[in-house]
Amino acid sequence: MTSIHPILAYLGAAALLPLFTGAWRNRMVLAAAAVGLLIVHNLPSGTLATANFLGMDLVLMRVDGLSRVFGYIFCLNSVFAFLFAYKLNDVRQQLAALFYIGSALGAVFAGDLITLYVFWEIMAIASTFLILARKTKLSSGAGFRYVLVHLFGGLCMLVGIIVHIQTTGSIAFTSLAPSLGSWLILLGVLVNASAFPFASWLSDSYPEATVTGGVILSAYTTKTAVYALLRAFPGWEILIVIGCLMAVYGIIYALLENDMRRILAYSITNQVGFMVTGAGIGTAMAINGAAAHAFCHIIYKSLLWMSAGAVLAATGKSKCTELGGLHKTMPLTLLLGLVGALAISSFPGTSGFTSKSMIIQAAANEHLTWVLMILEIASAGVFLHAGIKFPYFVFFAKDKGLRPPEAPRHMLLAMAGLAFLCIALGVYPQPLYAILPFDVGGFDVYKGGKVVAQLQLLLFSALVFFLMLPLLKRTDTIALETDWFYRRGGRLFYQAVSAFFNGLNDMAAKVAGRAVHGFAEFCRNLPERALFLLTALNPDFWTSGTTVNAALRMKQIRDSLDAGALPVGGSLIAVTLGLAVLLGLVL
Amino acid sequence: MSKKKEFDFFDRPKTRRMLWIALWGSCGLTVALQFFASPEPHFGFDDFFGFNALFGFVACSVLILVAKGLGFILKRNTDYYDD
Repeated sequence: MTSIHPILAYLGAAALLPLFTGAWRNRMVLAAAAVGLLIVHNLPSGTLATANFLGMDLVLMRVDGLSRVFGYIFCLNSVFAFLFAYKLNDVRQQLAALFYIGSALGAVFAGDLITLYVFWEIMAIASTFLILARKTKLSSGAGFRYVLVHLFGGLCMLVGIIVHIQTTGSIAFTSLAPSLGSWLILLGVLVNASAFPFASWLSDSYPEATVTGGVILSAYTTKTAVYALLRAFPGWEILIVIGCLMAVYGIIYALLENDMRRILAYSITNQVGFMVTGAGIGTAMAINGAAAHAFCHIIYKSLLWMSAGAVLAATGKSKCTELGGLHKTMPLTLLLGLVGALAISSFPGTSGFTSKSMIIQAAANEHLTWVLMILEIASAGVFLHAGIKFPYFVFFAKDKGLRPPEAPRHMLLAMAGLAFLCIALGVYPQPLYAILPFDVGGFDVYKGGKVVAQLQLLLFSALVFFLMLPLLKRTDTIALETDWFYRRGGRLFYQAVSAFFNGLNDMAAKVAGRAVHGFAEFCRNLPERALFLLTALNPDFWTSGTTVNAALRMKQIRDSLDAGALPVGGSLIAVTLGLAVLLGLVL
Repeated sequence: MSKKKEFDFFDRPKTRRMLWIALWGSCGLTVALQFFASPEPHFGFDDFFGFNALFGFVACSVLILVAKGLGFILKRNTDYYDD
């Protein structure tokens, strides 16, 4: 038994990238992913790698039931993702993907908080390049916001880890007790889980990523966060509330959305909501359910992103208002995508049913009635938006006259592999149940009553969809989200602050200007006023006339001042007086 | 696919009618299935026949109506965030 860290397969491939060109590079990356899967498959349980860093004992690799499930699916998904990207000729995306997937594995196998944090941040940076690689104005804006949100989440986590280590002295990445440190870590994890109200980064950024980038992104960031919740926060009741909120939020926004990949992005938040709820319930059945659901979710979600990616690659369009009628020329993409759509809706016979039922059963076992009710509503809603809306508007609805070719063979092959897994795990879930962290006991998903209940729920959802189709007509719009606060709100805040301080600045400048100007005027007029005063002291001035004389006299003084024709004595007095006044003011 | 004979199965009015019938039919079938296997009640008020069908129907109607209502407040043009 070898105990090499599976991350080495991905980082090794990244190091080898410059040595390969063309198709060989794609083959090498695909082979590396397969090697990664093989390594995870052969990992023995236990603490397999440690290191000493600044006097702390880091656990670089801890393999147990929970980390193994996630390790398996991360590597398995990477094989299909690289097969999907078999013709990709962009070393930047390959490099980013390898680092991203590798660091996700690093985070999942991390046994301490420091190691977790380091891989967490590498994930954030590497994944950003999968968005930027689209090289559009929209993608660079989305990538910029994406990395800022994740750096914020990462900082929350870092502060939490520091506080946690200071108060407890432990760096172990295990179940945490509520404290300031663990709450901050939770906040950091929830940002990555796309928990409401930190969910909008996901639907903002993933749909702007490249075709391959979207497929890869859909799997790792949120699921690493789910893993962290299952590991460190099982049974934290707030997670039940957050999870239920996410499940419903995802549906509502997906129903409003026009972009097909954004619909799928919202359904990630919706599905992760189920897993977060599972983590919040925290029983063995709930943890099993959340882990199994993460496993199945990655498969069908990748499949859905692949079918959407294939459509985007073939047509260059992703808006429902611009798509439609594609079933005529892309029937295989449609059929394979439909398997994913049925699986995400947890149709009996697909993987979604065998995994989500565990979470719902866990809620029922704990008699959490309202949680159960929301999860059932969300289950029905998933079929609406991801199960029917996505395939209907892209492949059917109004024929827009697009006649793209069928997706290329490597893409179809990757989709077929994932579709096979969706059905295989739906019909025969035992291999998945066998690798779950806890013994599933006598859990039987295919009890007659459960199947009937699920079928009723889903088919009547479908009925509602088609009955209310006029209400669901697509418009070329976006829906405001919590990211309004940093996209528009930030700008408004900037404008308000700018208006206030620049206004203050203008006002201060005006006041100071007037004061200086007034003082200058005063000083300029000082000599003639002083002279006038002096002449006024002369008794002749009063005897000889009226006030008209005063004005006349003032004019004479001004003229003689301008002409420099004053008697010396008078000027001297005026200048001296003026200087004295100035001196007095200065002192 | 050749241009002469395009696949237009789903465009035909006949097919559409058939699909509607199939949809209503399968809905009816799932309710009928309850005679053979009855779902386990969880909520206390859900032990009547066809509860899950009604639940799915009502839940989805409410979701669509809520989304539609929120759409009036939240929907913006796609260039909303452009400078």
